[in-house]
Amino acid sequence: MKLTRRNLLILSSAGVAATAMGSLPAFASLTDDAITELTGGAALGEGAITLTAPEIAENGNTVPIEVDAPGAVAITLFADGNPVPNVATFKFGPLSASRSASTRIRLATTQNVVAIAQMEDGSFQKASANIKVTIGGCGG
Amino acid sequence: MASGVKPRVKVPKTASAGETITIKTLISHKMESGQRKDDDGNIIPRSIINRFTADFNGQNVIDVTLEPAISTNPYFQFEAVVPESGEFTFTWYDDDGDVYDTSKKIEVS
Amino acid sequence: MNMKPWIAVVVAGFASAAAAQDDNRLSIEGEDMVTEAAAPAHMENLDTIYSGWRFRSGETQALETDDFDNPAFVFVDQGIDLFDKVDGTEGKACSSCHENVEDFAGLRTQLPKVQDGQLLAMEDLVNSCRTERMGAEPWKWSGGQMTAVTALIGLQSRGMPMDVAIDGEAAPFWEQGKELYYTRVGQLDMSCSNCHEDNYGMMIRADHLSQGQINGFPTYRLKNAKLNSIHGRFKGCMKNIRATPFAEGGDEFKALELYLASRGQGLSVETPSVRN
Repeated sequence: MKLTRRNLLILSSAGVAATAMGSLPAFASLTDDAITELTGGAALGEGAITLTAPEIAENGNTVPIEVDAPGAVAITLFADGNPVPNVATFKFGPLSASRSASTRIRLATTQNVVAIAQMEDGSFQKASANIKVTIGGCGG
Repeated sequence: MASGVKPRVKVPKTASAGETITIKTLISHKMESGQRKDDDGNIIPRSIINRFTADFNGQNVIDVTLEPAISTNPYFQFEAVVPESGEFTFTWYDDDGDVYDTSKKIEVS
Repeated sequence: MNMKPWIAVVVAGFASAAAAQDDNRLSIEGEDMVTEAAAPAHMENLDTIYSGWRFRSGETQALETDDFDNPAFVFVDQGIDLFDKVDGTEGKACSSCHENVEDFAGLRTQLPKVQDGQLLAMEDLVNSCRTERMGAEPWKWSGGQMTAVTALIGLQSRGMPMDVAIDGEAAPFWEQGKELYYTRVGQLDMSCSNCHEDNYGMMIRADHLSQGQINGFPTYRLKNAKLNSIHGRFKGCMKNIRATPFAEGGDEFKALELYLASRGQGLSVETPSVRN
């Protein structure tokens, strides 16, 4: 292939695309690493934890999130598209009623929010939700 | 102390023993994430509430670790059981070492 | 059709499939709010007016229904403290003269209004009290102290219908405001009406355009997590259409405020509302 300006453009854009693709799993693994650190690599069950979040957030600055995991001793929230994946950890004390909590979080972009519950028997449960963060018009 | 920090809590005034009650808390705080830059391009240092606890008569209800991804004016809603009359204590811990607290009494019949 | 190319782009950006305002009913702390009303007679191009609340997502709407969930109340609490705080050379607080803030019920519905030939917004009333009666420094028009106190005072009228005077002495100011509303300005050559009258209910990128009603101000915006004044919001709109904004507290914005308030006649005061 002759190195014309056109070909060079094609080459360089392919390179950019490859780099971009390559960086995606790296982002995700930051969250995976954090989850592994929390669970010690234990298997993650599903079904005993509920994560309630809007499908589309009107503004990423304030996204309402609710977690509910009956029998959990702690629930940790992660956001896999944020610069730092950890969001919050709720530890439930002896006078906690339902093992649920609501808060409002920041999401930098459209991404997955993951909730990991540590149950009384030491096992772990996982729930996740994809939340689209919209770019406002003039309101944005 | 960070300026303008003001806690708000909502707890029912009365409940029956063993009843599940809903508690809401909010504190005014910028929750500066440490990710933002000022007009001159310098990173604005992180300054957040990093821990929140709710206790009733000395026993813990919830203990939350907050990261910068918690929104400005941190809000929490959770549920507690109250075995007897007494007092809730809510405490927020600031990165700068300040501690803000407030308490609410509840009558249990 | 003589249409500049960029206009075609902007128009294409208004997705036609998007839903307009929704049918949800707003009840705040159990009190029903009017979020939809017949347009006042002076409005030639619209039949029905809607509160901006009707254009927001369910999650944002829910925040306004409960005074604890509404983050604006952090600032209303600050307003209560400021209202009682002695400031200035006369040793007075707001509450020295205005013993009960509840006495301000109805005031929000009538502002801005003409007094001694001048059009006055709530911020003017607060600052004239501060400078003339308290001997204190005036507050910044859109600063945190001002919006906290205007939110507290406006809250006393919550649920009451907007009802500004537009005739008599107010007429020339109202005409000026109307003129501004329909005048194209800025690099994008747009008027208020292009978005908020011609295209409300449409999407502008991923956002719902409202009618630009001001019945809920100051409003807590999720975007900046603070109370936003009416003039601060005007300024934001003008920057977005790449115009040089008028001054907050200036004659132009006060006239526009009067005209916009009159376009919301009959809608409930929602102060302090929550928007995105």
